[in-house]
Amino acid sequence: MIEIEGLTKHFGAVAAVAGIDLKVGKGEVLGFLGPNGAGKSTTMKMVTGFLAPTEGRVSVCGHDIETDTIAAQRSIGYLPEGAPAYGDMTPRQFLAFIARVRGFEGAANKARVEAAVAKTDLDPVLDQPIDTLSKGFKRRVGLAQAILHDPPVLIMDEPTDGLDPNQKHSVRELIRAMAREKAIIVSTHLLEEVEAICTRAVIIDRGRVVADGTPAQLLARSRHHNAVTLTVPAQDAANITTKLRTIAAVATVEQAPGDGGTVQLTAFPKGGALLIEDVGRMAADDEWKVQELYAEPGRLDEVFRAITTHDAARAREARA
Amino acid sequence: MNSVWPIFRREFATYFATPLAYVFIVIFLFAMGAFTFYIGNFYQNGVADLTVFFGYHPWLYLFLVPAIAMRLWAEERRTGTMELLMTLPVPLWATVVGKFLAAWAFTGIALALTFPIWLTVNFLGSPDNGVILASYIGSFLMAGGYLAIGAAISAMTSNQVIAFVVSVVVCFLFTVSGAPLVLDFFRDWAPLLLINTIASFSFLTHFSAITAGVIDLRDVIYFVSLIALFLLVNIVVIDLKRTG
Repeated sequence: MIEIEGLTKHFGAVAAVAGIDLKVGKGEVLGFLGPNGAGKSTTMKMVTGFLAPTEGRVSVCGHDIETDTIAAQRSIGYLPEGAPAYGDMTPRQFLAFIARVRGFEGAANKARVEAAVAKTDLDPVLDQPIDTLSKGFKRRVGLAQAILHDPPVLIMDEPTDGLDPNQKHSVRELIRAMAREKAIIVSTHLLEEVEAICTRAVIIDRGRVVADGTPAQLLARSRHHNAVTLTVPAQDAANITTKLRTIAAVATVEQAPGDGGTVQLTAFPKGGALLIEDVGRMAADDEWKVQELYAEPGRLDEVFRAITTHDAARAREARA
Repeated sequence: MNSVWPIFRREFATYFATPLAYVFIVIFLFAMGAFTFYIGNFYQNGVADLTVFFGYHPWLYLFLVPAIAMRLWAEERRTGTMELLMTLPVPLWATVVGKFLAAWAFTGIALALTFPIWLTVNFLGSPDNGVILASYIGSFLMAGGYLAIGAAISAMTSNQVIAFVVSVVVCFLFTVSGAPLVLDFFRDWAPLLLINTIASFSFLTHFSAITAGVIDLRDVIYFVSLIALFLLVNIVVIDLKRTG
């Protein structure tokens, strides 16, 4: 439902987005990841028609965003970065305005606003000026505005930024509930969010896609993928380390201090092989005093750090 | 046209949701009164007409209208609502026209609230109410001209102070372009045609023609086309910013 081809945006000499190709279909929740300044927001601004691309094209539900703008924008719900809203209006007035702009008048207007309010739990603050609301409520006003017309395409720039864990949970539940019927793009810094709600993760860096796959596929690229961690008494550590190294599939064993005279040992596999069975059998056979024993699925932050660049390095490079 | 209405309605309501409307209207009315009665010596003139009153309108608008216009786009940019507004399914022209019409309607209300002075002259004597009506229409058209200029300039920046100062300067040039201050600068070297063209851009020339009691179609066309021109500039400026 969203087709992005060769999307490029230059600000002066700087290329904020440098040729992005993506297709997002119905039922997909695409997590858009990347360091600050990687081009996530700029890409979203072009997909929604706020910025004109320097090159490339975007089509939303078959409508080109540059030539058939209004039709494309009708099918998009968009939560811009920071969830901007008219601060002097109350959520009720603001949502009624959005509904009116989207062509809902009278009873339909009221029904749309009520439905969006119910989904985002806004009733307690419906008649307070938006300027006086907490960050969590403001964000949900933005969310309510985006989903009000039940759009087939939903684009959200950091929808859970600034929310507490309870609010994050309810927003994620909301996204998950809508996922089957829509094509959704969510940008986020929170890697756990990708694992929680996304069916697909795209990492961009310096305006390019550097990784594209399911969260599990990305996790498989982590050094920790299928590694096994054991917590054992400190005096047994050396002995157990030696034993672990005898397993053919073990590449290295790393040691980290644990709590109360214990040590954490992590055995990394060769080529992502499964270790847990071998290690488990060995621990049982040799009667190690193991307090904890678990296999790691992989660490997304590790993958993220490995394939993206640091902002200072990027800025230096851009200047050079 | 359907898409102009929600934009107009929201923008217009904003004036009254904040102290802006009330502060503006009070100052507008107070300044009108002060100029007319104290500086213009309305009573001492002993003539029951509103020439003095309308004579001050261009100068009051020069400062008060840019104050209304400066926030039109600059504030949207500063608070980020610009992004929201531009991604809603509304054609750009409709947004520009809707916002302009809301601000214009608001200045219209402020202008209409000067009606006590009309009652006063009718109480004191028997003025030509046709002339007064023509003058009100002319004043409203002129306010629209100032407003369209201010709106276009507001679209260029996210800084309201810059928007205000630049608007006042541009509006000033349009106000006095028929006065010696401007024309003397061109007189020595420019061809007569150019000088006449510049002079014909003057708000003062067209406005005083209307306040003389004749609504000449040319004066109306002048203000209407000036408004249209600057709304077009407004659209182009926003579109250029989009291309970035």
